[in-house]
Amino acid sequence: VLEDSSPAEDDMTEVVRVERGRYHDSVTLLRASAEARSVEGVATAIVAMGTEMNLGLLAEAGFALGPDGGVTPDDLVIAVRATGDGEAVVERAVAEVERVLTERRTTSADDGWGWAPVPPHTVEAAVDLAPDAGIVVVSVPGPSAYVEAAAAVRSGRHVMVFSDGVDLDAEVALKREAARAGVLVMGPDCGTTIVGGVGLGFANRVVPGPVGIVAASGTGAQQLCGLLDGARIGVRHVLGVGGRDLSAAVGGASTLAALAALDDDPAVEVIAIVSKPPDLAVAERIERAAAGCRTPVVLGLVGPGGATVTAAAAEVAKVLGRPFDAPETWTPLSGSAAGRRPGPLLGLFSGGTNCVEALAALEPLLGAVCSNVHPDAPRRIGPNDDPAGNHVLLDLGDDELTAGHPHPMLDPGVVVDRVARAAADPEGPGVLLLDVVLGLGAHPDPGAILAPALTAAGQAGIATVVTLVGTSGDPQSLQHQAQALAGAGAQVHRSNARAAGQAAVMVTSLGSRR
Amino acid sequence: MSPSQLPPPPGPSRVAELLRAPEVVVTVGAPIFDEALAAQGVATVPVEWRPPPAGSVGAVHTVSADPRLAEANRTAIGRMAAVRPRLVDVVPAADAIGLGRHQLLHAGPPITWEGASGPLRGAIVGACLYEGWAETPEAAERLAAAGRIELAPCHDNAAVGPMAGVVSPSMPMWVLDDAAAPDGQARRSRSTLNEGLGKVLRYGAFDPNVIARLHWMQRVLGPVLASALHRNGPVDVAGLIASMLTMGDEGHNRNRAGTALLVRTLGAELVRGVEADERSADEIADVFSFMAGNDHFLLNVVMAAGKLVGDAAAGVAGSTVVTTMARNGTEFGIRVAGTGDRWFTGPAAVPDGLYLGGFGPDDANPDIGDSAITETVGLGGFAMAGAPAIVQLVGGQVDDARRWTELMYQITLSEHPMWTLPALDFRGVPFGIDVLRVVRTGVVPIINTGMAGRVAGTGQVGAGLVRPPLDCFTAALDALAARATAAQPAGAGEVP
Repeated sequence: VLEDSSPAEDDMTEVVRVERGRYHDSVTLLRASAEARSVEGVATAIVAMGTEMNLGLLAEAGFALGPDGGVTPDDLVIAVRATGDGEAVVERAVAEVERVLTERRTTSADDGWGWAPVPPHTVEAAVDLAPDAGIVVVSVPGPSAYVEAAAAVRSGRHVMVFSDGVDLDAEVALKREAARAGVLVMGPDCGTTIVGGVGLGFANRVVPGPVGIVAASGTGAQQLCGLLDGARIGVRHVLGVGGRDLSAAVGGASTLAALAALDDDPAVEVIAIVSKPPDLAVAERIERAAAGCRTPVVLGLVGPGGATVTAAAAEVAKVLGRPFDAPETWTPLSGSAAGRRPGPLLGLFSGGTNCVEALAALEPLLGAVCSNVHPDAPRRIGPNDDPAGNHVLLDLGDDELTAGHPHPMLDPGVVVDRVARAAADPEGPGVLLLDVVLGLGAHPDPGAILAPALTAAGQAGIATVVTLVGTSGDPQSLQHQAQALAGAGAQVHRSNARAAGQAAVMVTSLGSRR
Repeated sequence: MSPSQLPPPPGPSRVAELLRAPEVVVTVGAPIFDEALAAQGVATVPVEWRPPPAGSVGAVHTVSADPRLAEANRTAIGRMAAVRPRLVDVVPAADAIGLGRHQLLHAGPPITWEGASGPLRGAIVGACLYEGWAETPEAAERLAAAGRIELAPCHDNAAVGPMAGVVSPSMPMWVLDDAAAPDGQARRSRSTLNEGLGKVLRYGAFDPNVIARLHWMQRVLGPVLASALHRNGPVDVAGLIASMLTMGDEGHNRNRAGTALLVRTLGAELVRGVEADERSADEIADVFSFMAGNDHFLLNVVMAAGKLVGDAAAGVAGSTVVTTMARNGTEFGIRVAGTGDRWFTGPAAVPDGLYLGGFGPDDANPDIGDSAITETVGLGGFAMAGAPAIVQLVGGQVDDARRWTELMYQITLSEHPMWTLPALDFRGVPFGIDVLRVVRTGVVPIINTGMAGRVAGTGQVGAGLVRPPLDCFTAALDALAARATAAQPAGAGEVP
């Protein structure tokens, strides 16, 4: 442990501690950073592995690592700065960090001897401890994900790969091995899976029902669950397959395996496939496979020229012979059209598919829209670009934004910051379009975090439309969240397509000042 | 996209099993998944994952993706597990290995006199005095420093030696072969005879008592044992190791039961040596006393057995199984099946343990000796669950011994079919160290070891536990990655 504690300038106290070879995952480290920052008197706290990016963040935050720090990505850095006579404050913050980092993760399995089993260090050891575990969930950094996922496949386990940043070649190799082993690879970059009612990753609490979903898009599947929930239609399984599964290289390997499995489940009465529009040859293959299924298959291909998730939900209801009324909306409880300012549209999305779907819906209505997920290069912008005066839709789950920061579904703070910036800019947008995703894994109360910012935006004359993705069973309480958002002046929709349409109407009626 | 680029049709699918609500899920990575699953009443088994060293992430990926990996490791482990070492002879190193004047073997990876630590230098000096190549320690040092002593690793000569591992031409050596090999094709391994504890050559001591003992071993102990062994016939060492594991030995730092078993096995034929070899009863009694007074007498036999087992896997292309772990007092070295005779080295660490008499950590030399061959084949530190008395060396509790063994299962690919641990419900010892798992987990082997004094001539200063540097394993993995074959192109000949 190298420690450097010194009274910094301006009555600040700071400590920078480098611990060689100590590792914690980034989520735990972010939580440790947050806990340290929550200590009264702490100005800044960063707890991170010594990657180049994190060292950059530390330098930006003004922490000096010393000339011969030689900090490597294998080393842990704990940096805390406190205001005033902060020795005790810093000490408390570091203690908080230690508390978070040393919290024991308990293993549920017991070896039967009454002895604590040695914690497993590999997937292979873990499945030895729990022979009944049929699924392995992998969320290690992308470059290591193949190795852990392959270990699961070689142990005869299905695997959900939450990690992103996995090489395409690695995905192809992994899925080929899985096909030989007869197991399913869900992912990579698979955010949502529900099997037999149990959610893995970001998943909504669903009532068991007749629908099986194959999801190349996590938030697309979540919205479908929410819309079906609104129509009182339950969902039995959601099998995520990863956003690249329907690409030419991967060839729909997991989609086809998942489709076959859902077709074999007698309790599944209709299958829905949610994806961005796939490679043409692969699409043909999927359509052939779907035509060969005994179970009816609804294709929800979301994006330019494709369908909407709402349309897919309606189609599923129709196949089941169930009614599908217009998805629920909540009208704003405050603010009025009178005080609204003109200006372009700004869309801030935590779900990539919600963003793509909104883009496809809005361009025909509003003309050119710039986005970091735009398929056409001229209108594709970086997630931090600000093409003033233009309509902009941003996927805030962009890798460039989430590297080293929590995903907006976990922590809506990044949305709050951007809303505040928009409200403070008199030349900024006239209409905001947001999505709020509920469910397991998501922030426990996003409405409470967003409401003050939305209220302030309303006072600045900005109208807000929100897509609320969730089910009535979600732990955050759908109604409570909707009311909190409507209470802050937002128009709230369960249908993202409808939310986008309403936002377009508002922009048009107020003028876009362009 | 041509049809050949499409993925193969799924094999016998087990995906239907997936569609039942899981009761337990294995998680590796961010803890949010454990929390979300716990909220739904689903148990999780989280993996204590940490990333490989930044420089090894690519090699870990490449070697994991090598299509030869599983089969190559099955072959390597199969060969190692099939070896049935047996004790067949005791002969001088000159005959067993062909060592000549001014030629010595030493423990660990290759090293020069200049690079040698105190205890190795001490043992070289002692061997020169013992062989009569020098009259005084100073003369011996001058001889060695002038480059006139040819040094080679035991391991490169089908031999092993504990601690300094110095072998000179006149020393008697155990000879083992493989009972499972077809007649006439058995490989052989050799090791020196154990001198006892304290001031002994292998710990770098070379005073007149040390040299006198070596002469007695050459004149009496070696020939008497050889003669008894000839009359008795080969001793099944594989079986002997299996027995000692059920009696509280782990075959590295504890050989008390195994030594007694060997003495019992050879006892009758040793006694017959009085008549057959025209030895005096006192001479035979001295042999018994010597063995009875040395709880580590069997160690060298176990080591030679380990050498025979490890070498069985050498050269299996694509295999990540470790075939050798050995230290020369300066560096720790390993060899791996897929890279043959190549050594991968890193700096040797100082063991953590208990010290004899007034010695302390400052007196200890870095890790030394070929005895880590026992851990290489699942004994020693890997078999601690069967030898709980060992944990006293590091002030641990009995359950720590079990935990060490349990941890070693996580870096090994198999369990020995014959060497089993009663305390673990007769589970086989962790067998076949996998370089890939070591680098993936950062969990390095645990080794039970003796500690030599840093200064030449001191002898033993303690015993304890030591871990190899991870660097040897990352270097080996890099070499394996460089030799890895890429995955086959899609559709080109499926591996059944």
